[in-house]
Amino acid sequence: MTAALTASKKKGNRSPELIIIRPTRGLGALNLKDLWVYRELIYFMTWRDIKVRYKQTLLGAGWAILQPFLRMVVFSLLFGGIAKLEYGLPYPLFNFAALLPWGLFEKAMNDAGRSLVANRNMITKVYFPRMIIPLASVISGLVDFAIAMLVLVGIIVFYHLRPESNFDFQFTPALAFLPLLILLALVTALGVSLWLSAMNVIYRDVGYVLPFLTQLWFFVTPVVYSSTDVPEKLRLIYALNPMTGVVEGFRWALLGSQAPGSMIWMSAVIAVCVLISGMFYFRQMERRFADEI
Amino acid sequence: MNWSRNDSVLAVRVTDLGKKFRIGTSPESYHTLRDVLVEKAAAPVRWLRSRRLAGEPPANGQDVIWALRNVNFEVTRGEVLGIIGRNGAGKSTLLKILSRVTEPTEGYVEIRGRVGALLEVGTGFHPELTGRENIYLNGAILGMKRAEIDHKFDEIVAFSEVEKFIDTPVKRYSSGMYLRLAFAVAAHLEPEILVVDDVLAVGDAEFQRKCLGKMSDVAQEGRTVLFVSHNMSAILRLTERSLVFDKGQLVFQAPTAEAVDYYMSAGHVEVGERIWERDEVPSSAAPFLPVALRVRNPQGMVIDTHRATEPISVEFEYRLESPITSLRVGIYLLTVRGEYVFTSFDTDSAENYERFSSRAAGRYVSRFQIPANLLNEGRYILAVNASAFKVRRYFHDENALAITVDGTGAPGKQWAEVRLGTVRPAFQWQIERME
Repeated sequence: MTAALTASKKKGNRSPELIIIRPTRGLGALNLKDLWVYRELIYFMTWRDIKVRYKQTLLGAGWAILQPFLRMVVFSLLFGGIAKLEYGLPYPLFNFAALLPWGLFEKAMNDAGRSLVANRNMITKVYFPRMIIPLASVISGLVDFAIAMLVLVGIIVFYHLRPESNFDFQFTPALAFLPLLILLALVTALGVSLWLSAMNVIYRDVGYVLPFLTQLWFFVTPVVYSSTDVPEKLRLIYALNPMTGVVEGFRWALLGSQAPGSMIWMSAVIAVCVLISGMFYFRQMERRFADEI
Repeated sequence: MNWSRNDSVLAVRVTDLGKKFRIGTSPESYHTLRDVLVEKAAAPVRWLRSRRLAGEPPANGQDVIWALRNVNFEVTRGEVLGIIGRNGAGKSTLLKILSRVTEPTEGYVEIRGRVGALLEVGTGFHPELTGRENIYLNGAILGMKRAEIDHKFDEIVAFSEVEKFIDTPVKRYSSGMYLRLAFAVAAHLEPEILVVDDVLAVGDAEFQRKCLGKMSDVAQEGRTVLFVSHNMSAILRLTERSLVFDKGQLVFQAPTAEAVDYYMSAGHVEVGERIWERDEVPSSAAPFLPVALRVRNPQGMVIDTHRATEPISVEFEYRLESPITSLRVGIYLLTVRGEYVFTSFDTDSAENYERFSSRAAGRYVSRFQIPANLLNEGRYILAVNASAFKVRRYFHDENALAITVDGTGAPGKQWAEVRLGTVRPAFQWQIERME
């Protein structure tokens, strides 16, 4: 076989590429090359997800502003107003800076987790690397994220201009880490989505688990409180949740709060592990998708 | 593997291909975690039981079906290959493996060249997006590059005939427009190997004609095409060689005319009768329900082979579940090459047209006779149709029944030769000697 393959390669351009279709066994290759060949489809699918998202809604992209903003208002009333949590920052600012990456993660996990099943008719009719579907789903969340980011800028300016708020925005070198933190959030979201979306094809229970999982994850992530509330000794274990590093990193980069330190490294390592294992799991399950979806 | 021997001529080689499905994992059902937990919990019990009943196959052995097994064939470059077989014969599974939608369980396929698969038109179309947007999205899904779509965009739009609505969301399209647009994108895909499922089964006659025209263009361009269809005349027109599948096995491969003949005869072996089970009839046919199509000889026997010198009685039995107005029920007679010999409807005569255009609910038989000394010897296909002219087609079966006409005793039989032509009338020749 391999002999024939190389022979045909040597002969040059005359005969087209040989594709061999055979059952795959064990851990398949990740086949990232295929993903590259289909890169334009990633673009089109992302574009479709964005384009379709707010069609037939009254407020359209306004929801990308309203959703996190209203949540921030509710949390500020509950935790800032009633529970009187104090972190040396105006509570709405403290909360919104965390809601931003959390919103990106939450949306990606929920959309991408259901994405394969939602696109089942494509999966049973056409070949393309299936990973594109959750990937496009995760990437398309960036648009909502960018819009919400503008809101955060507005809130920052608002508190900056109010002398009684005790908050002065400063450009620090930490701000340069923001893109990396966004990337970390995306890596985490994609890793988790790959696991969940592939499982959802075989076990539809995932659809029921998702809301519960989202809620649980939200409370183990320091969005409404700070990781400083967690005992010092347990913090590294606490950072096993990759979103901990992301959220604290955001506050550090944008608001100048305490640097996440070793927590961010722990989070990054875990996020990469989740992504790589997710990719392998996805590839492993991929061969069953068309038959079982 | 001797691929290197003739690798420049082969486009596809399929070796020992098999695909196994576990019943219950068919497209309709899916597992829940509970099923898996139950299965895992039951496993020790099953293991014990299988130990006790050593020699017997494991319990889940029966839940397995082979949709395809031991399939071997080759397709040379530029060949147009037909694939025929009944529903569930494994044709679609084969196409899904060839287009890499699903993986085989055993064996392998070697393919040389880019494969474009049309298992359905309009895959990935989104109702909220405009025609223009869907062209790009669908094109990308089918594997076209953006530049390629840009380049062909105007051509696609022209072919689809929806220029005016190209910036309207496709959810506002009529189903005809939607189909035309979807097919237009697919038709402009230019892979080296094209795999086509029965996309022609949808749409009106005009659309089907257009699809077939495009298909034959593609075939003439010298590209390799694998074409699955229930439409025998399309298969006969477009393909040179055909494979016949039955119950997951490749049972016959030959030049198309022979393969079609084999397929037609294999189904209804010397029966002269076709019976429609309820689940064979598409729900779109309601309230028309075909029951049976029979051919009888002058003695009233239902048989497959008829003498050219005797009349053949054709009867079509059907049920109307509710009244239908302006109904006409008809028979087409075709040769195995897919050429029409005649078309005839039960309300062709003025009298029947008056009396039976509107029919109450109930059971009916429409019957007529093919006169003696009309058909040449050979094999013929009966197609049935029930429709309201220019209003609706209730039911249509291109390949309802095949019959054989035997030429024994026919005019000119004293010379053992094949008579050209579809008809073989007994003309009253006058011979005069001129002084």
